[in-house]
Amino acid sequence: MQHAKHLLTLLATVAAVGLTACGQEKKPEAPKPQAAAPAAESTPTIDIKIGHVAPLTGSIAHLGKDNENGARLAIEQANAAKIMIDGKLAHFELIAEDDQADPKVGTTVAQKLVDMKVAGVDGHLNSGVTIPASAIYHQAGIPMITGSATNPQLTEQGFDNVFRVVGRDDQQGPAIANYLASAEKPKVVAVIDDSTAYGEGLADQVAKTLKAAGVKVLAREKGTDKQTDWKAVLTKIKGEKPDAVFYGGMDATGGPLIKQGRELGIKAVFSFGDGACTDKMHELAGEAAEGMLCSQAGIPPQAASKAFLEAYKARFNVDPILYAPFTYDAANLMIEAMKEANSADPAKYLPFLHKISYKGATGTIEFDAKGDRKDAEITIFVMKDGKVEPTAVVKAGKTVPFDEFMKGMGGA
Amino acid sequence: MDIFIQQLINGITLGAVYAVVALGYTMVYGIIQLINFAHGEVVMIGAMVAFTVINALAGSGLPPLVVVLIGTGCAIPVCVLVGYTMERLAYRPLRRAPRLAPLITAIGVSIILQHLAMLVWSRNVLAFPQIIDIKLYNIAGATITNVQIVIILTCILIMVALAALVYRTRLGTAMRATAQNPQVAGLMGIDINRVIAATFAIGAALAAVAGVMVGTYYGIAQYTMGSILGLKAFTAAVLGGIGNVPGAMLGGVVLGIVEALGAGYIGTYTDLCKISGISDWLTQRCANDGHFVLFGSNYQDVFAFAVLIMVLVFRPSGLLGERVGDRA
Repeated sequence: MQHAKHLLTLLATVAAVGLTACGQEKKPEAPKPQAAAPAAESTPTIDIKIGHVAPLTGSIAHLGKDNENGARLAIEQANAAKIMIDGKLAHFELIAEDDQADPKVGTTVAQKLVDMKVAGVDGHLNSGVTIPASAIYHQAGIPMITGSATNPQLTEQGFDNVFRVVGRDDQQGPAIANYLASAEKPKVVAVIDDSTAYGEGLADQVAKTLKAAGVKVLAREKGTDKQTDWKAVLTKIKGEKPDAVFYGGMDATGGPLIKQGRELGIKAVFSFGDGACTDKMHELAGEAAEGMLCSQAGIPPQAASKAFLEAYKARFNVDPILYAPFTYDAANLMIEAMKEANSADPAKYLPFLHKISYKGATGTIEFDAKGDRKDAEITIFVMKDGKVEPTAVVKAGKTVPFDEFMKGMGGA
Repeated sequence: MDIFIQQLINGITLGAVYAVVALGYTMVYGIIQLINFAHGEVVMIGAMVAFTVINALAGSGLPPLVVVLIGTGCAIPVCVLVGYTMERLAYRPLRRAPRLAPLITAIGVSIILQHLAMLVWSRNVLAFPQIIDIKLYNIAGATITNVQIVIILTCILIMVALAALVYRTRLGTAMRATAQNPQVAGLMGIDINRVIAATFAIGAALAAVAGVMVGTYYGIAQYTMGSILGLKAFTAAVLGGIGNVPGAMLGGVVLGIVEALGAGYIGTYTDLCKISGISDWLTQRCANDGHFVLFGSNYQDVFAFAVLIMVLVFRPSGLLGERVGDRA
């Protein structure tokens, strides 16, 4: 019997080592009779499971891992801080799942987390997956906070358990479109999307804003989120001679898009949403990516709080890529609400999330009635020497050059 | 007009790649009537090996062409080995089994190869180092890059060489004999196992070249890239008449052109605003937006497969006719 128990522990550890690619494994959470016995006597502990879901396989696995790292850091810090909830020592556990950026897998994983009775969910990454998954969490009454799903529809469903700490596409779209219209002054713009909820939503908003600004927008062109050959679409666009091109989609497809566009001799300014606002665009497209514009909901990772950046680098030995500060804040918000409610029961701490005011790694976070972040920032970037450099921040309809914004943040 | 020529150039480049991959399907099918669904994965492995080599040599100061040639030179033996091993372990033991069995094995091999590649090269989209200095050339207002020219020329070279191999050499004669009737070919002193293994090896070598071409053309490689490419090439093979070597070449180019033209023009011709007079609702809708496109260019694949269905309905054995052995 004792043997069997040891074997099980060993198996669990091996499985854990195998599953989480990064080192520094957590000890199995169940208090083991031998090791945790003294602690158990003095203070009772309470296990709190927090789910995190993002694609850990597929073309945007690197972004998914970044999101997961943010959440993991928050959980580990919370454990180190020895938080007491309802007189018990809280032990937080991150249940990190892979949704493969696929709505079908996403809903299955959501159901699995519900069945595991997680106290809250940090995720998902993609809008197209988050929206169907949010219905499952809503039914179970489990709060979910996404750090990267920007499609407006997510918080328009009337679910009281759904929050987001980033801006919405209907803020991001107008922001990049307005910047494009005022800075580049194009006459004709071609808008392309990747037929996903994210890409289409963003492209719709950009097209709408550009039209309102008096810019001629060509008939929408569409690809898929797995497209590698854009030549046919781009050739068609080339015939219409646009001054600017906007693509709503991810970097894995956006890289080939801009590269092939330049190969066809299209000289227009290429602009993208946040999904393609990464340095990977330079890797994928080389020199062709130089000078492209893109926007990100929220603020760039380097503008996140210094404490977060240092802790992240120390823990994972890399810099955050994109949304890690937001998933970090999302996890911390849940923990903070639990502290305020003095309970990890979703029904009890959920009301506290609605009225929370929390200073996180991305600035002060408060939610509006829909669960969206109040006064969320949108940052405009430009590709310069192979790196996306922030050039302006759009907040509450006002465009501020990035240097000034950093000064405003106290050089954070 | 320049747009049309540009779409043709796009289509021919794409089609040339499909054709080279399709040859691998059609040669194997012609000889043992097996649809080797793992062939697309061999292309992927070719691209991945080339990626590793090119990435390692990118900073070495060698001329880009030499680096790509070394990359191809490394990808070919690896793919030939994969192709041979696949045949030896997964297909040869099943040669006398019902036809469904090797088909399922092929799908299994495909999944195994894909996941092995995922373990080796990670799940990320790998970006080929941009070592080739891309030059643009003008043809009647359309542009063609040096990479595209090399791809098209390589494909023509491969097709000529393969035709020469099949119709002019002893191995080619043995292959055609085995395709017609393996038993009799065996009685005539042909080592059937060797011929079949050689067919797999040649197909895999072609796949390696195709992998390098796709990788350098698009600049990306990923462990999932083989499946849709394989499916398209298989379609090209069926389109031209499976088992038929010239058919695979024709099918590839036709499919590439159909895809490029389809994606380029489907949106324009299904824009309902062109006929906005037919209903008040439509007139109003078009006054707001100006375009109401029924099928966008994301229907590119649907278009390609729709053409396949049409061809199969009217010419069930493909454009140039199926050519497999007479099993009487």
